[in-house]
Amino acid sequence: MRTNNLILQFTSKFVFFIIFFFAVHIFFAGHYTPGGGFVGGLLMSSAIVLLVIAYDLKTVQMILPVNYMYMTAAGLILAVGTAAFPMFKGKPFFTHFFDYFHLPLIGKTSLHTAALFDLGVFLVVVGVTMTIIQTIGEDE
Amino acid sequence: MINFLLIPILIPFFMGMVLMFLHKKVRLQRILSLLTLFCAAFMALLVMVKVKNEGVQTITFGNWPAPYGITMVADGMSSLLVFTTFVLGFFIAWYSFESIGREREQFFYYPGLMFILTGVTGAFTTGDIFNLFVFFEVLLMSSYLLIVLGGEKGQLRESIKYILVNVISSALFVIAVAYLYSVVGTLSMADISVKIAEINQPGIITTIAVLFLLVFGLKAAIFPLYFWLPSSYGAAPIPVLALFGALLTKVGVYAIMRTYTLFFVHDVSYTHEILLILAVLTILAGCIGALATFNVKQIIIYNIVIAVGVILFGTAQMNETGLEGALFYLVHDMIIKAVLFMLVGLVIYVTGTSNLRKMGGLMKTYPVLGWFYLIAAFGLAGIPPLSGFIGKLLIVQGGFEAGNIWSSIFLLASSLIVLLSVIRIFIYAFWGEEGERVTVEKHRYNRMFFPTAILVIISVAYGVGSEWLVPFMDNAAKILVDPSIYVDAVMKGGE
Amino acid sequence: MEIVMAFVCGFLFMAAIYLILSRSLLRIIIGTGLLSHGAHLLILTMGGLGGESPPVLGEGVTDYADPLPQALILTAIVISFGVTAFFLVLAYRAYQELGTDDTTKMKGSDEDD
Repeated sequence: MRTNNLILQFTSKFVFFIIFFFAVHIFFAGHYTPGGGFVGGLLMSSAIVLLVIAYDLKTVQMILPVNYMYMTAAGLILAVGTAAFPMFKGKPFFTHFFDYFHLPLIGKTSLHTAALFDLGVFLVVVGVTMTIIQTIGEDE
Repeated sequence: MINFLLIPILIPFFMGMVLMFLHKKVRLQRILSLLTLFCAAFMALLVMVKVKNEGVQTITFGNWPAPYGITMVADGMSSLLVFTTFVLGFFIAWYSFESIGREREQFFYYPGLMFILTGVTGAFTTGDIFNLFVFFEVLLMSSYLLIVLGGEKGQLRESIKYILVNVISSALFVIAVAYLYSVVGTLSMADISVKIAEINQPGIITTIAVLFLLVFGLKAAIFPLYFWLPSSYGAAPIPVLALFGALLTKVGVYAIMRTYTLFFVHDVSYTHEILLILAVLTILAGCIGALATFNVKQIIIYNIVIAVGVILFGTAQMNETGLEGALFYLVHDMIIKAVLFMLVGLVIYVTGTSNLRKMGGLMKTYPVLGWFYLIAAFGLAGIPPLSGFIGKLLIVQGGFEAGNIWSSIFLLASSLIVLLSVIRIFIYAFWGEEGERVTVEKHRYNRMFFPTAILVIISVAYGVGSEWLVPFMDNAAKILVDPSIYVDAVMKGGE
Repeated sequence: MEIVMAFVCGFLFMAAIYLILSRSLLRIIIGTGLLSHGAHLLILTMGGLGGESPPVLGEGVTDYADPLPQALILTAIVISFGVTAFFLVLAYRAYQELGTDDTTKMKGSDEDD
C-alpha cells in the first residue's frame, strides 16, 4: 500500500538538510549555551526518521549504509575513551582540558576535550534511536 | 597511580564496547571475555590488598574538590565485593559457553555481561548517591537485555513485569534523592553523612530513610516487595539466572547496608527496628516459598529471599559483630547462589525438566554431581566448617549482643528450613527411581561441570579459610561501624 | 511557586498511577513516562526555584541559581528516554509473540508446578 506522497518526499529532501545543519549547530552551541550531544543526536535521528517516513527503511538503508549498532559502540568508545584519557597523564578520570587556538576563518576559538565526549554522546544517541526505529519498523 | 581503583571497573566497560563490534565471532568473544574478567579480577584483588594496607582509596572525577565532584570510594566492603563479583563473573561466563546457546552469544550476550558487571562494580564503588542511581540504571539496562535475550514467550511475558517494577523503583529512587537533596543540599555520600549528623536527623530524614528502604528493598527483594522476584528470575536462562541471583539483589542489599550505616544512624531505635522486623518477615516468606514449590529453580530463588533477610538481620544489629557477620554472609551468599544455580542448571540439563517430581536416581549416573551438590547445600545451610557457618555465627552472636534474643533463635531455626528445602532437591533428584532420560552430550556436560566444580571448591575454601579472611572483614566492618573513617578519607582525598 | 509545582507533581503522579494500573501495555508505558516526568519536576522543585542570576558562586554573591538539579534532571531524562524506548520495543515484541497487550492475559507460567 503506497499512497501518493510526492510532496512529502520532495520537501523532505530539503528539510532533511535543514534539520541536519540545525543538529550540528545545536551540537556546537552546547558548548556554552543550551544544546549538546544528546539534543543534537535526537535532532539528527529525527531527520533520518523523516526520511524513513517519506521513503521506507530499505531506501534509507541504501542512502545511509550505516550499522547503527557499531555506531553506538564507536560512540561509547569515543566518550569513555575521552574520559579515560587523562588517566594516562596522572589526572583523575573525566578531567577535561581546553586551550585557545587561532583557527583560520573562525578566529580565536576555545577547543575542549569535552566536545569529543559530546561527539561520542551524539553518536550513541543517533545509534540507539535508529536501532530502535529499525527494530520496530522492520516487520512491516 | 591515583585512578587505580577505577581500573577494575573500566576494563569490562571498554571490553563490552569492543565486543559489540565482534558479536558475530563467538570464539573470539569467549576468549576475550574470559581474559577480561581474569584481568579485572586480578586488578580488583590488587585494589583490595591496597585498601587493606593503605586504608580507604578515593578519587574524585574531573579534578574537582571532594564534596563537589563525583567521588569513587574503595573501602573494605566495596573492594571485597568488587573482587567477588569479578570472580563470579569469570566462572559464570565460562559456564555459559555451553549453556547459553549460540544465538544468544551472537546477539550481544557477552557485551551485556560486561556492562552488567560494570554497573554492579560501579554501584559498589561509588561514593555519590546520584551516581549510585546511574550505576543502578547501567546494571538494570543490561539486565533488561539479558533477561529478554532469546525472546521466548515466557521471557517476554515476565520481563515486562520485571522492567515495570524496576522503572517504578527507579522513579522512587529519583524522588528519594530529590527529597534528600532538598534537606541536606549535597549528593556526596560522605558529605551527606556529615550534614545529617550536624542536624541530628530530624523526622524528615527518618522519613527519607524509610523511602530509601522502599527503593532498595524493591531491588533487594525484602518482605513485602519480593513479589516480582520468583517469576521474573524463573524466566531467565540458567547462566543469567546465576548472575542475577548472585549479584543483582546483593546490590540492593549493599545499598541498604551502606545508607543505613553511613547516613541514617541517629535514630536507630526506629529505622533499624523496621529493618529488623522486615528482615525476619523476609526470612519467613522465603522459607514458606522455598518449601511450597516443586520447581528446582524456584526453590533456589526463594533461598535468595531468605539470604537477603539474613544479611539485613545482621545489618540491623548495628554492632561490629553483626555487621562483620553480615559481610561474611553477603560474600558467602554471592558465591553459593552462583554455585547452586549452576548445579541446578546441570541437574535440569541431564533430566530435561525443572520439576522435582519427574526427577530421580541421578546418584547412580552422576555421583560426582550429587556429592558436589550436597557440599553446596550444606554450605548454604551453614554447616561448619563450610562457608555459610561463620557468617551466620557472627550474625547470631551480634543479635544476642544487641539483645534480640528471640529473633536470633528464629534465625537459627530458619537454617533448618533452608537445609530442608535444598536437601529436598537432593532427595528427589538424586535418590529414588530413575526418572525420564534425555540425551546428554558428555563433553558439553563436562564443560559445564568443570567451572561449577571449581566454584564449589572455592566456596569450601571460603569457609575453611575464613580465619585468613578475618583481617579483611574486620577492616571492612570497622568502617561500617564508624562512618567517620569513610568521611575523613573522602574529604582528605579532595585536598 | 513551590506549592504550585508540588500540585503539578502530585497531579502527574496521580495520572501515572492511574495509567500504570490499567490493563493495556501502552497505557502502562505512558504511565511510566509520566511517573518519571513527575520525578524530574520534583528534583527541580526540591533544588529550589529561586535565583534569577546565573549559577555562579563567588565572593559576596548572594543570589545564584543551583546548577546541580538541572544536571541531575538531564541525566535522569536520558536514562528514562532509554528505558522507555526499550520498554516500547519490548511491548511491541511481546504483542507480536503473545498476541495480546492485555496484562491480565499475561499471567501464569509455562512450567507451573
